[in-house]
Amino acid sequence: MLVAGVDVGSTQTKAVILNENSEIIARGILNTGANVVKAAEKAFQAARSQAKVDEWEITSVAGTGYGRYKVHFGDIQITEISCHARGANFIFPGTRTILDIGGQDTKGIRVNEKGEVVDFCMNDKCAAGTGRFLGAAADVMSIPLDDLGEVALRSNNPLRITNVCTVFVETEIMNHLSRGKKGEDILAGVHQSIAGRSVSLIRRVGVVPEVTFTGGVSKNIGMVKALEEKLGCAINVSDDSQYMGALGAAIIALERAKARHDGQEAEGTKTPRMPKMPKMPGMPGMPGMPGIPGINEEPQ
Amino acid sequence: MRSPDARLIAGIDLGTRMTKSVLFDPRSDSVLSRSTDYTGHDLAKAAENGLAEITRKAGVNPEDIFYVASTGYGRYQAPMRQTQITDISCHAMGARFLFPRTTSVLDVGAQNAKAIRIDENGRVIKFRMNDKCASGAGRFLERVSKSLEIELEEIGLLSLRSKDPQPISSICAVLAESEVINLVTAGYPIEDIVMGAHLSISDRIVALLRQIGVDGEISLTGGITRNAGMVKALEQKLGKRLNVCDDSEYAGAIGACLLARRRLRKLEEQNAVRVVP
Repeated sequence: MLVAGVDVGSTQTKAVILNENSEIIARGILNTGANVVKAAEKAFQAARSQAKVDEWEITSVAGTGYGRYKVHFGDIQITEISCHARGANFIFPGTRTILDIGGQDTKGIRVNEKGEVVDFCMNDKCAAGTGRFLGAAADVMSIPLDDLGEVALRSNNPLRITNVCTVFVETEIMNHLSRGKKGEDILAGVHQSIAGRSVSLIRRVGVVPEVTFTGGVSKNIGMVKALEEKLGCAINVSDDSQYMGALGAAIIALERAKARHDGQEAEGTKTPRMPKMPKMPGMPGMPGMPGIPGINEEPQ
Repeated sequence: MRSPDARLIAGIDLGTRMTKSVLFDPRSDSVLSRSTDYTGHDLAKAAENGLAEITRKAGVNPEDIFYVASTGYGRYQAPMRQTQITDISCHAMGARFLFPRTTSVLDVGAQNAKAIRIDENGRVIKFRMNDKCASGAGRFLERVSKSLEIELEEIGLLSLRSKDPQPISSICAVLAESEVINLVTAGYPIEDIVMGAHLSISDRIVALLRQIGVDGEISLTGGITRNAGMVKALEQKLGKRLNVCDDSEYAGAIGACLLARRRLRKLEEQNAVRVVP
């Protein structure tokens, strides 16, 4: 049994495919852009082609993220808060607090030992302290977003960034640059500013260790260090922390699909949701296999 | 070097987005040439380019320029300036020059919205500005146009075609992007979304203006004056007409020239400088 989770975020869309042992067998990621529906389709397709499976082989697809209702091929929609909670709990079972920093949202989530949400809070009025803040810095300084953290870590003398507004920060950075300030010092200041805002956000739900950092910004090593410094404790970051929402969605989808399957078995109606087509031996993953026109469309 | 009969005054308004420059002739009380260009991150270069452009357009020599006054957020970075003046004073003077009966000035640029109350001499009585958040400024529209993948110059005219504006509830210029994309995906016409964004910004600008008073004549200045949709949205929310003309965008630079002239006259009275016509 295969399931998928598609997390349509404000900036990036992520997809993962899980097998029945809850192992990630494929991932897909791309920029969301203006067409949310297409982004969801493409991320799902990217994961499928990595796994070399067709759409009909996937028992259930769960959509999450702000664009979850645009995942038209999905059969479940779950809020990203629940998904990040489940995903973080799955990878780091000791997780009790989650900090999720995405492109436009920063969320603090408290979870119990089962990965269920106990409390959460998020920025809702203003994009200060979100990934977009870093995006603005990257744009102004013409440094790739992925390198920002590394550059910031080289600083010995972080500057203080005084503006809260992401738009104003662009100008503040330009001013620092035109006065000959070092890029690494400016960036270190930007990272500390976001870390400060994020930590005060998660304090609203209460910081209980272990703390797990998820979302696109968790890939940034400079952010991880700045947060650890402000929190005074180590934080969990996985290589898949960017996919945490999609992973959580897939886990919930798998759970529900298994429950449905067991239920059907118990009733003695052992019919899968859709007919399983065996893969042709020796020709794994050929697109359009097994070559019967129309057979790959999921029967509605 | 200045020539002995140099008499012209240059005003350079270094904004966060655009640099506006004018060449002013104090004898005829008129603007000889204008220039607008992106500020970029080299402010000194933006100022120099602006000065070169107005000199070229007016067909004069650099030596004919007697005095250079800078204003705007980047005013300290104009290397050739003889004086720098805050943009609030400059917009007040400039608006009064363009529309002599002005009592309130609304200056909306890329990042700042300012409401300025002035007296009959163009002096600032009080002012209010957005200082924490760019929600009521031009950058909001810039972000909206970017997320819709249409040119900033086009969205004003596009918005005028709207029949049923769709309100944008996000205050944050960054968060509004996602909201706009949602509205597009939901199938609302682009012109209605764009007009919704215009009205949403107008709400915040009008709230700023109400803090200094909305009676009397209100003159709009800054880059926003180039956007016909924004002017319409503001007038709709205020329930009255706003003074706008082709030179409204240059009000800050013009005001810098006028204040420079006033300063020169004062210096002249003290016999500190040579006579300026």
